[in-house]
Amino acid sequence: MKEGWLKVGKVTDIPENGGSCIKYKDTQIAVFNYTVKNEFYATQNECPHRHEMTLSRGMIGDKAGEPKVACPFHKRNFSLQSGKCLSGDDYTIKTYPTKVEDGYVYVKVEE
Amino acid sequence: MLKFNIMRIVIIGNGMVGYKFCEKLISKKGDADLKITVFGEEYLPAYDRVHLSEFFSGKTAEDLSMAPISWYAENGIELRLGELISDIDPINKTVSSHKGNIVAYDKLIFATGSAPFVPSIDGVNKEGVFVYRTIEDLEAITAYAKKAKRGAVIGGGLLGLEAAKALLDLNLETEVIEFAHKLMPRQLDEQGSEILQNKIEELNLKVYLKANTSLIAGDHKVEKMIFEDGREIQVDMVVISAGIKPRDELAKIIGLKTGIRGGIVVDDLLQTSNPDMYAIGEVALHDGMIYGLVAPGYEMADVVATNLLGGNKTFSAYDMSTKLKLIGVEVASFGDAFGTSDKCRSIMFEDKIKRIYKRINVSEDGKRLLGGILVGEADSYNMLLQITKNAMTLPPNIEDLILGARGGASDSGTGVLQLPDDAIICSCESIIKGDLCSAIKEHDLDGVPAIKACTKAGTGCGGCVPMLGDLFNATMKAEGKVVRSLICEHFNYTRQELYGLIKIDEIKTFQNLVAKHGKGHGCEVCKPAVASMMASIWNEMILKQDTIQDTNDRFLANIQKGGTYSVIPRIAGGEITADKLIAIGVIAKKYDLYCKITGGQRIDLLGARVDQLPVIWEELIEAGFESGHAYGKALRTVKSCVGSTWCRFGVQDSATFAIEIEERYKGFRAPHKLKSAVSGCIRECAEARSKDFGIIATEKGWNLYVCGNGGAKPAHAELLASDIDKETCVKYIDRLLMFYTATANPLTRTSAWLNNLEGGIGHVKEVVINDILGKCEEWEKEMQYQVDTYKCEWNEVVIDPEKRKRFNPFINSEESDPSVKFKYVREQINPLTSW
Ligand code: SRM
Ligand SMILES: Cc1cc2nc3c(=O)[nH]c(=O)nc-3n(C[C@H](O)[C@H](O)[C@H](O)COP(=O)(O)OP(=O)(O)OC[C@H]3O[C@@H](n4cnc5c(N)ncnc54)[C@H](O)[C@@H]3O)c2cc1C
Ligand code: SF4
Ligand code: FES
Repeated sequence: MKEGWLKVGKVTDIPENGGSCIKYKDTQIAVFNYTVKNEFYATQNECPHRHEMTLSRGMIGDKAGEPKVACPFHKRNFSLQSGKCLSGDDYTIKTYPTKVEDGYVYVKVEE
Repeated sequence: MLKFNIMRIVIIGNGMVGYKFCEKLISKKGDADLKITVFGEEYLPAYDRVHLSEFFSGKTAEDLSMAPISWYAENGIELRLGELISDIDPINKTVSSHKGNIVAYDKLIFATGSAPFVPSIDGVNKEGVFVYRTIEDLEAITAYAKKAKRGAVIGGGLLGLEAAKALLDLNLETEVIEFAHKLMPRQLDEQGSEILQNKIEELNLKVYLKANTSLIAGDHKVEKMIFEDGREIQVDMVVISAGIKPRDELAKIIGLKTGIRGGIVVDDLLQTSNPDMYAIGEVALHDGMIYGLVAPGYEMADVVATNLLGGNKTFSAYDMSTKLKLIGVEVASFGDAFGTSDKCRSIMFEDKIKRIYKRINVSEDGKRLLGGILVGEADSYNMLLQITKNAMTLPPNIEDLILGARGGASDSGTGVLQLPDDAIICSCESIIKGDLCSAIKEHDLDGVPAIKACTKAGTGCGGCVPMLGDLFNATMKAEGKVVRSLICEHFNYTRQELYGLIKIDEIKTFQNLVAKHGKGHGCEVCKPAVASMMASIWNEMILKQDTIQDTNDRFLANIQKGGTYSVIPRIAGGEITADKLIAIGVIAKKYDLYCKITGGQRIDLLGARVDQLPVIWEELIEAGFESGHAYGKALRTVKSCVGSTWCRFGVQDSATFAIEIEERYKGFRAPHKLKSAVSGCIRECAEARSKDFGIIATEKGWNLYVCGNGGAKPAHAELLASDIDKETCVKYIDRLLMFYTATANPLTRTSAWLNNLEGGIGHVKEVVINDILGKCEEWEKEMQYQVDTYKCEWNEVVIDPEKRKRFNPFINSEESDPSVKFKYVREQINPLTSW
């Protein structure tokens, strides 16, 4: 499958230390501006617990240094790096590579 | 190369004990070479049957599961679910499943558990008759209950009562049918049973004792039950919980020794009459006894795992003490509950008003506790059980054990630390006190969750969890450490300390606070807690730091199933004009919102997409509404009755006072939400005594009650001051709210705060009325600052294009969220979700 960089928007479109959602074809992708580390992360927007499209509205932070997002519905935690669920459930969410160029954020997606 | 020392272990049954056996094998196996195969008839991997009923309160099969399927694979265990073992060939040492698969074993373990015993009543096969053992049973019951109105449970034992509560929660009129002349006949004496019966009848459960069902009648499906004494009751469904029947059918086929009333006979090594076969859990018959509890099952698992791996351990008679977790009624029975031992003496206490019964049986010389029964209040269960098991010396006034120390003495001399080191605290996992205390000290465990994770104690039936808490506190105290409830891993402070730091250092952002006083980047626990503190202190627009707000605060609306939001405008005191009602109707109709009158005397409009929120609010504000803060840990509603203006009994104008109170405290953020009410007379139609602060009119003025709660743990508010005027009332509320806000832990309602406050309501009076801390003036000023700086948050958003942008669902598309879908029910929208 071919991969490509999708331009999602300006760095400032994504709230500092928070997330926004983008739509790529029929997929919703959550993009997080982890400002304190100067990093961007991207994951699926759907929470695997109750299949709600919510992770972009979740709160980010860290667990022992590992960056994570907490789903706003029932607070399941997911690593932003590995996508693994950090609150004991057997879930893994999809993560996407990101990059920043000229003030724009890009996410690597399958075309 | 061939390996000769592989041991092939086949386990029949993947229930709680079968799983525990796997876990024990893995943790003990070292470098032993094991090939473990597990067959489970059910389609789900082993789950926690003990907490099965929580399925009704929203737990899923996943939540209840003992370990995910991946755990088995990760540990090299072959797990075959949905596969029933239907035959065993003891000569060639193989088992075969109903799918025709054949697997060879060196050691075979029966962990087949038991099935519900179904008495041979005429009509038990009818549609609408259920048993209560598996998740599938519960799913079937839930589905059937939707079209049923009345249910009956046959069996008034531990499980029967649990099943009855479940039916009640499914909104069925429920009756418990018991053959014996008392409830829980194995655990309770007659007096205990009677108190229990009274208690559960308060829950609206009917109880029918000495009842022998002779017929379950109906055309195909259940319609009524007919009893031997001629009585008949109409029912739509019946749940049978009349005991268990060990699943020894396979054992019987291959000629293993079984008991007359069922169960595979085992010796102290849990070996069956065939030395290569073992039986553990509810199928094992040891010394004439089937143990229908997890703790002895776990112990059996441990014994077999130890012995197979070259160790040496035997199983001996096990304690059958239990504490029932029937919501609302605590029941426990331990040791020799009925006092059947020779020459024992009993001390009994009965309170027919509070419906409490306690009985302890003491040895003739008064030195040892033998057992007892507790109904209605069982806080002392763990301690009494320990005293019994460890033959501890009794205090001089033995009755203190059940009555508590009276007349000055502070302690009845039986603190947790006095238990011997080898006292078993967690019987499910066989963990002794000494090991727990050293784990706490060695690993610097910081509370019960850490103890659970580190030692596994408290992870089985959960009965010992309160004792773990006591043990933790006592160990800390003995070490000279103060137990502080720290916010989370990012702040080494309590909320109270952090509140002080924010104020003194004048810190206004989370980033500055974590940089100066914390570590890491924060999380979903500390961020909202800090957001709340900063709001209580600085009262800045909360969206200035939108990403540290809980999701509801971030979008100024409560998130709902399917990802939409609710809109609740403020309707102070529940008073609303016809024009405003019309405006709400018009707006709701325009955006096709679901309308509902809330339990807090206002109107909820549900189903708004996130992008619609600003436009809806724009129109509401236009019509004269403002935010109702239903999303915030802030003042919610001040409920009121119509009061003396209209009501012939009213003695003061409660509606006006309620509106004044709501106007004053609206938008004020606290550690948790705040609710209030004002009633116009002692009849209390506004339910003021169930609120965080409630006011009831008197002939002379107002009575102020504080720290009440509805919700999960209802508490009546306590009287703070009586016959005071409005100004004094407001002054006391100002002080109380700031006192609470400065000192409570995060997400602690006022009633829980009061519960933990040393000195209780007496202390609150001293602080709020007599100002013993000298803080009142400061607090009044702080509250006045809050009142003066109030702004409607929604108004701030509606007028600011930058803030409005945050409500677009996608940053790279103008579309609205296509995943939001509805169906129509009773002419209104409902979310279309799969859960
Ligand atoms: C809408 C409403 C139910 C209704 O349709 O009537 C409601 C809805 C929710 N309540 Fe409630 N409660 C509502 C009145 C109540 C009441 C009755 C009252 O206020 O008179 C109570 C009991 C009184 C009390 O709080 O002492 C109540 C006790 C709770 C509790 C338990 C609090 C406790 O201390 O035990 C929770 C859970 C919590 O806050 O942690 C809760 C939590 C919730 C949440 C926020 C659950 C959640 O996190 O999603 C619900 C979603 C609100 C929403 O709009 O999405 N709700 N809730 C009521 C809104 C009233 C309003 O106008 O603002
Ligand atoms: C509603 C409820 C509440 C309870 N509450 C408590 C409590 O509060 N405290 C307490 O201590 N205990 C409680 N119990 C009892 C406790 O759940 C049992 O003691 C425990 O589950 C027994 O474990 P087990 O592994 O022996 O049997 P089970 O958990 O029944 O597991 C046996 C498994 O083996 C499978 N099986 C049987 N035959 C075969 C075969 N031939 N091939 C393949 N698989 C087979 C069965 O399908 C089943 O999944 C409760 C039970 C219920 C139902
Ligand atoms: S509205 Fe309240 S009581 Fe009803 S389901 Fe939600 S939290 Fe529970
Ligand atoms: S939907 Fe995400 S945790 Fe439940």
